[in-house]
Amino acid sequence: MARRVVLRLLTGLALVLAVVTATFLLINLAPGDPARLWVGPGAGAAELAAARHALGLDRPLLVRYLAWLGHFVTGDWGTSLVLGRPVRQVLLDALPYTLLLSAASLAVTYVGGIIVGIAQAVKRGTAADTLLTVATLAVYGMPSYWLGLVLVLVFAYVAARHGWPAWLQLPALGASGIDAAFLSPWGKLVDRVRHLALPLATLGAIGIAGTARFVRGAAVDVERQDYVRTARAKGLAPHVIELRHVLRNALLPVITLLGLSLPALFSGTVFVETIFAWPGMGRTLVSAVSARDYPVVLAATAVYAVLVVLGNLLADVLYAVADPRLRREGA
Amino acid sequence: MKTGRAVLRDGRTAWGLALLGGMALVAILAPVLAPFNPIAQHDILATRFLAPFTRDPSGAMHWLGTDNLGRDLLSRLLYGARISLSVGLLAAGLAAAIGTVIGAVAALAGGAVERALMALTDGLLALPRLVLLLAMVAFLTPSFGLIVVIIGATGWMSIARLARAEVHGLLARPFVDAARVAGATPVRLLFRHLLPNALTPILVAAALGVANAIGLEAGLAFLGMGVPAPAPSWGNMIATGRDALVQAPWLATIPGLAIVLAVIACNLVADGVREA
Repeated sequence: MARRVVLRLLTGLALVLAVVTATFLLINLAPGDPARLWVGPGAGAAELAAARHALGLDRPLLVRYLAWLGHFVTGDWGTSLVLGRPVRQVLLDALPYTLLLSAASLAVTYVGGIIVGIAQAVKRGTAADTLLTVATLAVYGMPSYWLGLVLVLVFAYVAARHGWPAWLQLPALGASGIDAAFLSPWGKLVDRVRHLALPLATLGAIGIAGTARFVRGAAVDVERQDYVRTARAKGLAPHVIELRHVLRNALLPVITLLGLSLPALFSGTVFVETIFAWPGMGRTLVSAVSARDYPVVLAATAVYAVLVVLGNLLADVLYAVADPRLRREGA
Repeated sequence: MKTGRAVLRDGRTAWGLALLGGMALVAILAPVLAPFNPIAQHDILATRFLAPFTRDPSGAMHWLGTDNLGRDLLSRLLYGARISLSVGLLAAGLAAAIGTVIGAVAALAGGAVERALMALTDGLLALPRLVLLLAMVAFLTPSFGLIVVIIGATGWMSIARLARAEVHGLLARPFVDAARVAGATPVRLLFRHLLPNALTPILVAAALGVANAIGLEAGLAFLGMGVPAPAPSWGNMIATGRDALVQAPWLATIPGLAIVLAVIACNLVADGVREA
């Protein structure tokens, strides 16, 4: 197991290196001059040359790459061209928000998706199963940026216009209210949860639908196995069969899905953070891309790669915990 | 290998194909069907934000209303289908082609080539696709061709893994040995014997790829990084509608329904083919 983890970490490290190298090359080979963008259209040739020198753009590509890489691995990610702040600070400020949103939506997605999927597998072929199959497919097909807008429309505007109960009138923008600094700790928590509600509902609904579709498939496969038939034949109670024989085996592919779904989850957070002005990495990345703020784009891409590598490692460890066969192999 | 008839007999595939076919037909016939020019702006103040089923001052009916510039939403939706569907199909086709070639070459070559290709595949697969796309559009100028290429170039990995697994499975079969003994070149072996037999799972993945590509194209357009305005695309229509969400909620919601319908259609086709 330990060897496996180390191997995973090393391949992960290679992946992150490959990503930052590719992004670096893309940035430097693409048409368009960051220095020109930095000084603005009114600048003369001398100013442009000074800016190119200040940004280090007048040195050969390989030299720039090695210098940049040296800074990058030591945690010096440069200064944002737009915000004028250290990139590391910009991203460190945003990271907790993305982690909160991602972790909460992972939890909601898996708990909800497993419950719905197993329930469907147990009741498969019934009208309820068909209805849920159609519903999960429809929700799964919704783009997150669209579902987010619909939820804003309902819970921010319609709710206010029709005087719905206060807990159903939810904030549509930001991660905390304008008065958050003056609230008690408990009030702050309530404020944060209320701001989290719509972004989380957006990612959670789509995630639950996708996971339920997957879990139902996995559980139906397990139901067809010989050992389930044997369990039935020897007269075990249905709930014992479902919990001990079906659920446990159906969850193995779900853990693999956990690792595989992380990239999609982060893609989803980029949209949702943009819709709800959630001050996380995704929103930072989108505004950096719009403004061609290349140090931020580079570093944000790298941080996403690191998050995915760590997430996959976690899924690997979980898988080994859940599947005794992997542990025994001593791999 | 399932026959086409068995696939069609599965209701889901038939429904999915009918839906997709209908949308494609509507997209092709957009110039005939659309009641208005999708990008023409007339008397903006008098014709903007008209609700669905209302007539503008000239007495012309706007079935789905008008947007912030008085442009007919139905016409934009129909023309938008052209961009959304063609990007979806072309990008997914490109991804399927790249993925099939890389997966098949990896399986046939074996050894270090296979390990290298699969490391590349797994590496790219582990990255958030939207982040990759954003990193690319940040420094390249979006156009129809660029959007197709970058969505295709970031979507081939799952197909490569599938193609490799399928080809590996087929290589162990006697008919492949027979073809080899009969003197088939690797290229002939690949195109005549291996790929036709690996087609079904690749088609399933490609159908899902179309759904993803449509969603991603719309997503990039939504973020203002898609096919440039004023060309209507479902994604930039949602972005326009977002700015008038309260005033004219139909502007953001209706194009989204079109995306949902297209994605569902692709999933139905994929489900049907997989289980037929």
